[in-house]
Amino acid sequence: MGPLVFLIVLVVVAAWLVAAYNGLIALKNQTLNAFKQIDVQLKRRHDLIPNLVNAVRGAMDFEKSTLEAVIQARNQAVKVNATGPEGIKQISQAENALSSALGRLMVVVEQYPQLKATGNIGQLQEELTSTENKVAFARQLYNDTATLYNTKQQQFPTSFVAGLAKAQPADLWEIEDQGEKAVPQVDLSLKPKT
Amino acid sequence: MSDAASLNLFQQQEANRRRTVVLVVCFVAFFAWLGFGGDYIYYLYTRPAPHYAYHHVFPWFGIGLSLAAAAIAWYAYRTGPEKVLWSTGAREVVEPSSDQERQLVNVVEEMAIAAGVPRPRIWIVDDPDPNAFATGTDPLHSHLAVTQGLLDLCTRDELQGVVAHELGHVKNLDVRLMTLLAALVGAVALMHDGTARVLRPGGGGSSEERKPSPLVLILLAVWIVSWILAPIIAQLLALGVSRKREYLADAMSAQFTRNPLALASALQKIEGADAPTTHIKRGAAHLCIADPLGRRLTSHDGLFADALTTHPPMAKRIAILRGMGYAQLKQQGR
Repeated sequence: MGPLVFLIVLVVVAAWLVAAYNGLIALKNQTLNAFKQIDVQLKRRHDLIPNLVNAVRGAMDFEKSTLEAVIQARNQAVKVNATGPEGIKQISQAENALSSALGRLMVVVEQYPQLKATGNIGQLQEELTSTENKVAFARQLYNDTATLYNTKQQQFPTSFVAGLAKAQPADLWEIEDQGEKAVPQVDLSLKPKT
Repeated sequence: MSDAASLNLFQQQEANRRRTVVLVVCFVAFFAWLGFGGDYIYYLYTRPAPHYAYHHVFPWFGIGLSLAAAAIAWYAYRTGPEKVLWSTGAREVVEPSSDQERQLVNVVEEMAIAAGVPRPRIWIVDDPDPNAFATGTDPLHSHLAVTQGLLDLCTRDELQGVVAHELGHVKNLDVRLMTLLAALVGAVALMHDGTARVLRPGGGGSSEERKPSPLVLILLAVWIVSWILAPIIAQLLALGVSRKREYLADAMSAQFTRNPLALASALQKIEGADAPTTHIKRGAAHLCIADPLGRRLTSHDGLFADALTTHPPMAKRIAILRGMGYAQLKQQGR
């Protein structure tokens, strides 16, 4: 009777170990995959911006500085060649700057009804909204998955297996709101700026 | 929130896988009962016959019907999504041709990213009533359909909420179970109609010569009753299966969009538009975000409504979503 009980306990413990280990590995890969998704969406955004700028350039001679800021932020973001969740701080800084520049551009476009009236801009606005949303949602999925992964590897009793599975807490994608919160100065007088 | 929600998600996926298997097993078992039951009755009926006459020994009906049921279940699983889409007359959006369609495609792509599933194929049903449904066998092969009315009525944010709700169904595998159910309900109805026509003229046979025993009569009665009840049982199954998961899909929508108030206002608009969705037939009703057959019954809760409607009361869903929305606003300190 004694050895049998011992054997059962052993089997149960082993089964739990395997399940916990596999669970952690699955979450780790999900986190990596979620990060890849952000990369894909960022790449898409970088590709879209030149087209966008070209399309609005003619229509908005008067908001040169806003456009310049977008171009500059985009070039900065493309230059960052960090990859993987390790470079997340670097990437997120550049991308947040780009997000806020784009946000300002969108507010500017919103403020000029005659700009919106041309069909082209309406479409572009939709594209821009969608691109920003895609980046935001990819980020959200990554943060959710990473949080789940982090929680799992710190929680008792899974924390015992964390070392075995080489689980490291994943960095979350912080949203720095300074840029986004800053209210853009919009000149409603429609005077051409010099 | 994400931890509890994802735990819920895995449970739901597991439960849906299990329920799908149970559904198929029950479906086949039911037909096996009809088949082997028929065999047994016929066996008892032919047993007292003289030795040179026909004796029904080998259960042909049972084997035949079981195989047929298995084949139907397999066929329903394979072609269910196409059949459902076909029955609503949906057209696929491959290349968006208008701003509206462009926006729909964008919104679906965004929500697919948020949900972490591949982008489903997108369909539009030309119906002025706002409604939406998802179908498919798994997240890799899924379809999302919205009505023209929904596109006309909803803002971008509201559309996002509705699409996220449908992707919630896709992600937790509701679509597999519900599509299979839709296809099987259709198959049962079809077979029932077919066999009813076949059975009626040949039923009596040579019953004047021999008096069947009471056991045979009782069995025969039970057997016939199950034939008659089959479509009703299937229909009730479809009703019972869909009510609870609407709440869960609403919650998942809130998780994906982080904007439960948008879905609440979309539901409010859908509720306000009272016209039934004429393009969506009874068989696919349980797939939709709102009952396409009219919404008077769904305004009540309780046993009666449980037995008769495919959807939970709209007011309750809206109230729950609003609760989530206000809790979120409070948390953000706004």
